[in-house]
Amino acid sequence: MTSEKVISKTVVSQPARGSGAAGRAVVLDVQGLKVYYATPTGDVRAVDGINFQVYQGEIVGLVGESGCGKTTTAMAILRLVQPPGRIVEGKMLLEGVDIATLSDRELRDVRWRSMALIPQGAMNSLNPVMRIKDQLGDAIMAHEREQTRGELKERILNLLTMVGLPSRAYNMYPHELSGGMKQRICIAMAVALNPPLIIADEPTSALDVVVQRVVAQNILEIKERLGVSMIIIGHDMGLMAQLVDRIAVMYAGHLVEMAPVKNVFVEPLHPYTQLLIDSIPSIKERKPLKLTTGITHDLRNPPPGCIFQGRCPHVMDICRQVRPPLKEYRPQQFAACHLYE
Amino acid sequence: MTTPLITIRDATKIYGGGFLKSAPTTVALQNFNLEIAERPATITTIAGESGSGKTTLANVVLGFTGLSSGQILYKGVEVKTMNAQQRMDYRREVQAIFQDPYAVYNPFYRVKHVFDLVINNFKLAKNRQHAAQITEDALNVVGLRGEEVLEKYPHQLSGGQRQRMMVARAFLLKPRLIVADEPVSMVDASLRAMILDLMLKLRDQHNISFLYITHDLSTAYQIGDQIYLLYQGSIAERGNTQGVIEDPKHPYVQLLIDSIPVPDPTIRWGSEGVLTLDDEQMRTSAKSGCRFYPRCPHRMDRCLEKQPPLYAINGNGHEAACYLYEK
Repeated sequence: MTSEKVISKTVVSQPARGSGAAGRAVVLDVQGLKVYYATPTGDVRAVDGINFQVYQGEIVGLVGESGCGKTTTAMAILRLVQPPGRIVEGKMLLEGVDIATLSDRELRDVRWRSMALIPQGAMNSLNPVMRIKDQLGDAIMAHEREQTRGELKERILNLLTMVGLPSRAYNMYPHELSGGMKQRICIAMAVALNPPLIIADEPTSALDVVVQRVVAQNILEIKERLGVSMIIIGHDMGLMAQLVDRIAVMYAGHLVEMAPVKNVFVEPLHPYTQLLIDSIPSIKERKPLKLTTGITHDLRNPPPGCIFQGRCPHVMDICRQVRPPLKEYRPQQFAACHLYE
Repeated sequence: MTTPLITIRDATKIYGGGFLKSAPTTVALQNFNLEIAERPATITTIAGESGSGKTTLANVVLGFTGLSSGQILYKGVEVKTMNAQQRMDYRREVQAIFQDPYAVYNPFYRVKHVFDLVINNFKLAKNRQHAAQITEDALNVVGLRGEEVLEKYPHQLSGGQRQRMMVARAFLLKPRLIVADEPVSMVDASLRAMILDLMLKLRDQHNISFLYITHDLSTAYQIGDQIYLLYQGSIAERGNTQGVIEDPKHPYVQLLIDSIPVPDPTIRWGSEGVLTLDDEQMRTSAKSGCRFYPRCPHRMDRCLEKQPPLYAINGNGHEAACYLYEK
């Protein structure tokens, strides 16, 4: 990494953000990110101008329905957007370095060392013909200088212990491990170089509930121990309640609410967030299913005004004309809605 | 007493084994018993973790695969011994909805083809007009209109439209039973409510029963009537859905329900009872006796001797396969 671009962790003190976040280092600062996918009939605005920060040692949950742009956001942060997609504009400052302007060579240095990805269905991303030790070793060797075999082995064994796997997994092939164990290998790989940011795309969605709980608790332990920041993408609101510190709710390429997890569940502000919370199936009480009407607008041609107007139960005249900005209506709780003006 | 719609008796399905030399076998389903009454229509949930045998059960009921031993009776007739006409009726009246609404369509045909195919195969319509009419009716039941969807290709439809079309296709055949294999596990919240609501509507207004196969106990709790919880091919617990989920008896079911993430950040997940890794390795090691033995917090020596039968918890049909409840 070129030295001019490395700026030590910027300590911000933004009193407006409320007490919890003040004084904590910002690890990732996304500003005005836009990602469009080119189609013959116009650009699909998958991510259309979003701003958010991730602070040190916190887990941000990125939620929303399929097609809302959550995975595209994550891919953009890693600069992994593939054509026909492209990053139209925006800054993504990772520890002060704008990822959007890095060359391919510089990106190679940043990826995995400064930010790691646990991809969707991560357990299927392991190479079936390589032993676990070789896969983990590869990830470490590709980004660090030569080291002795003994050192490498010790590091890998430490990583396995950290994710709660026995040392015999070291010599095993992926098919010898269960789904939950493979998922933990992927977590071990992500933390191998101790990056400040890890992005996990639905890290537990392919696992059943008992194993999901083990893996989720493992993620929490690792976060506590290493102080790493994480962005976890998902749609299981129950899991989010247990796992994350702050929730960012996306709808049709926009951030509609961003708040500490407690606020989101106790007093969601944006009507879409309210809808998400209401639709969580409960095992405590049997209640009638909540049906929603309306459809999401065509992402190629967003309407003027609020992007949720087509499905909002509280839609007003102003919503059809003016797009509401993301504003802080409660301490640390940001929402984009005209209802609270 | 009237004949039940479907009866499964001592169903056992063993995979593998080899023909000439013996290969390792996997018992996917063991001595499974189930009965679904002709009416009123009900939603019967089959739940369990991956590898518990729930999809094997679906395949067996749909006739995709045969049983190693045991019987399946449809309206009192054993499926294996049915004549051509009975088999045709069975094929028509037992329909399926699958997990992935993307994979079930042939991307080269317009979606109309899906409907034309079943109408032709089962000779449901007298002429073209009639065919168009019954297609439209079926689509209306699921809240779609023919002009919106029929002439499109699968990739032009949303996930929700695709899954509702599959329900419409099943409905077109006037089935008595729909086997729904994880129908909502790949769709998001608003769509999930829509599909589940559709299932309730078909049950109540059209007298169609469901075999709802899922790993998601919370949706089962919201819509299900009866529930069967499988663990490695055997019934761990069964009974009325509300009774079982509100007051689980089998240690496995207790662990399962305890592991569902609570959508309330002020309540923390406990970590007691969670399997450690070595336990996970031992999952397949119990060859005799109760299959949950290696992970069970209440295990006793006798659990290793013989698989526990289902013991009644109360008079309402709530049963658990655990020696803790031996009277």
